[in-house]
Amino acid sequence: MSYLPNIIFAIVLVLGIGYFARNVKKLIRNIKLGREVDASDNKGQRWKNMARIALGQSKMVVRPIAGILHIIVYIGFVIINIEVLEIIIDGLFGTHRIGLKVLPESVYGFLIGSFEILAVLVLVAVIVFWLRRNIINLKRFKTLKGWPKNDGNIILYFEVVLMCLFLVMNATDTSFQQLGTGNVISQFIVPWFGDNPETLHVIERTAWWLHIIGILIFLNYLYFSKHLHILLAFPNTYYGKLTPKGQFNNLEAVTKEVKLMMDPNADPFAVPAEGESDEEPAKFGASDVLDLNRIQLLNAYTCTECGRCTSECPANQTGKKLSPRKIMMDTRDRLVEVGKNIDTNGGEFKEDGKQLLGDYITHEELWACTTCNACTEACPVSIDPLSIIMEMRRYLVMEQSAAPMELNNMMTNIENNGAPWPYNQQDRLNWVNE
Amino acid sequence: MNEELKVPTMAEYMAEGKQPEILFWVGSAGSYDDRAKKISKAFVKLLNNAGVDFAVLGEEESNTGDVAKRAGNEFLFQMQAMMNIEVLNAYEVTRIVTCDPHSFNCLKNEYPSLGGVYDVVHHTQYIKELIDTGRLSVNGDTYKGKRITFHDPCYLGRANSEFEAPRSVLQNTKATLVEMKKNKRFALCCGAGGAQMFKEPEKGDKDVNVLRTEQALETTPDIIATGCPYCNTMMTDGIKAKEKEDSITVLDVAELIANMQ
Repeated sequence: MSYLPNIIFAIVLVLGIGYFARNVKKLIRNIKLGREVDASDNKGQRWKNMARIALGQSKMVVRPIAGILHIIVYIGFVIINIEVLEIIIDGLFGTHRIGLKVLPESVYGFLIGSFEILAVLVLVAVIVFWLRRNIINLKRFKTLKGWPKNDGNIILYFEVVLMCLFLVMNATDTSFQQLGTGNVISQFIVPWFGDNPETLHVIERTAWWLHIIGILIFLNYLYFSKHLHILLAFPNTYYGKLTPKGQFNNLEAVTKEVKLMMDPNADPFAVPAEGESDEEPAKFGASDVLDLNRIQLLNAYTCTECGRCTSECPANQTGKKLSPRKIMMDTRDRLVEVGKNIDTNGGEFKEDGKQLLGDYITHEELWACTTCNACTEACPVSIDPLSIIMEMRRYLVMEQSAAPMELNNMMTNIENNGAPWPYNQQDRLNWVNE
Repeated sequence: MNEELKVPTMAEYMAEGKQPEILFWVGSAGSYDDRAKKISKAFVKLLNNAGVDFAVLGEEESNTGDVAKRAGNEFLFQMQAMMNIEVLNAYEVTRIVTCDPHSFNCLKNEYPSLGGVYDVVHHTQYIKELIDTGRLSVNGDTYKGKRITFHDPCYLGRANSEFEAPRSVLQNTKATLVEMKKNKRFALCCGAGGAQMFKEPEKGDKDVNVLRTEQALETTPDIIATGCPYCNTMMTDGIKAKEKEDSITVLDVAELIANMQ
């Protein structure tokens, strides 16, 4: 019977981690639904970007208040989780504070003391975050409704509960308090719990169990939440765009056709070369998530819906419907929908009569973009909403000829006389003598 | 100021068996737009004064295809690009300067993979180079005591990380340079990019150029300087919308320097 807690612990741990692993697999499968994209270049620069932007949070502090608070929560989260290692070992082997047996008392005390201080700092930061979201009503949070709004708050409540449990667990651990080291914060709340040793023990055990179970629930919550960024920010910044922001990719499929059109020796009736004949004609641009590439889909899962992109967007600032954040959220929502479709149809996607373009993102949003890159500059984790907007414009223009009329006129002019206006190419040099 | 502008073409250079130092890519706006033509002329004046051996393509130049690409028409873009590359490569062009950040970005970043590899510079970078190497001297107090605020064109600034060249050139005006709150990497777009120049804006509560003009007005400038023909149009319209055209002018960096010659 004495092994019962160990066994229960092991089962809880395996269930918690197992379910998470299952969802991670699903997530990877969904991302791989996108087109392949080669990002094997510049490994050195990519690692550097990841270290600077994700690990170093360099872009968060562009907005100092949110940035510094976020760094506190981030450091707190990473460091306090060292404590989880001790909890897991204690839980599996029935030990109590194994750290004390392997570390000198002073070192252990220093560690736990730092965790306690961080826990309080995290609590303060989280409360400010909550106020910013719910009371101060910053525009970029006020515009969130429904699940995204609740999601943001649920994460904050989770953190409050976890931090409090950690402090309660320490405060009610009589032997730990008697050490007189490491209890820098918890010593002040000891009186709250009375001095009955049995009650204290029950509270301590309860807090300990709830703490680890809470962490496992939180881990599994990630998959459904914007909070995935705590994991995906790392690969996402690694795969972030390295070329100048103004450089848009040249579609290779188009290059092939244009070269063929311009080659005077090309035989228009030539039989396609062996192996090419079965190829489906390339679809230009994107109308659904499956037309996007894997980095764009990773972008969608990484987005933490902070809204910095939207608050910098010139179209959004002037009341247009376009919101780069919504582009990313729509992409994720649609990808999740496609993923569920595949799950319920035995691994095959069954046509559902819906697509990203039109059902999620309207033409009006796409045409409002000035391609100014303010959104990509603002994103703290190197997400590129502009590339998705461009892919969808490409689909609208090249597959559907659905550009606004003025743009069609402009393009006809370029085709006919090499300028966006109806002027004669022969007059290109007239300005010199005017 | 357009007396005696010398604008030789690549064809003329070729006929003489010579190669210019640099090709001036005038661009569609610089060739046809009434306001932008003045910028082309101002820049040529500087090239002439500095004794730069340059040429234009003239009738052989065609639209870069940039705006078609941003509108989503990759076909038209690549057709334009390949036609232009054929001409540029036939003339063995190695270095290109342009007054249009959109052409600059397109030629510099999007032409190489299609076979057009050139050293492309923006005219503010080139003017800086001419001043730094002593080929162009800028003197006089034309703008002394004036307040100038520089609006960063997206495709020069954020898109290609060039923030210093235009500011460094403007230092020569002896004017007071004042920065808008949103500047450099965080500058607000004028509203013309991404093919917006050629269409009506979507429904909203304000035009982007008006918002950007309001940000510029916060610096109480005498002059709004920019380095893009489209930004120039948008900011000029913004100033008109704010009924400030009597007290504030919108000028290209090249025009400011040309006016001091």
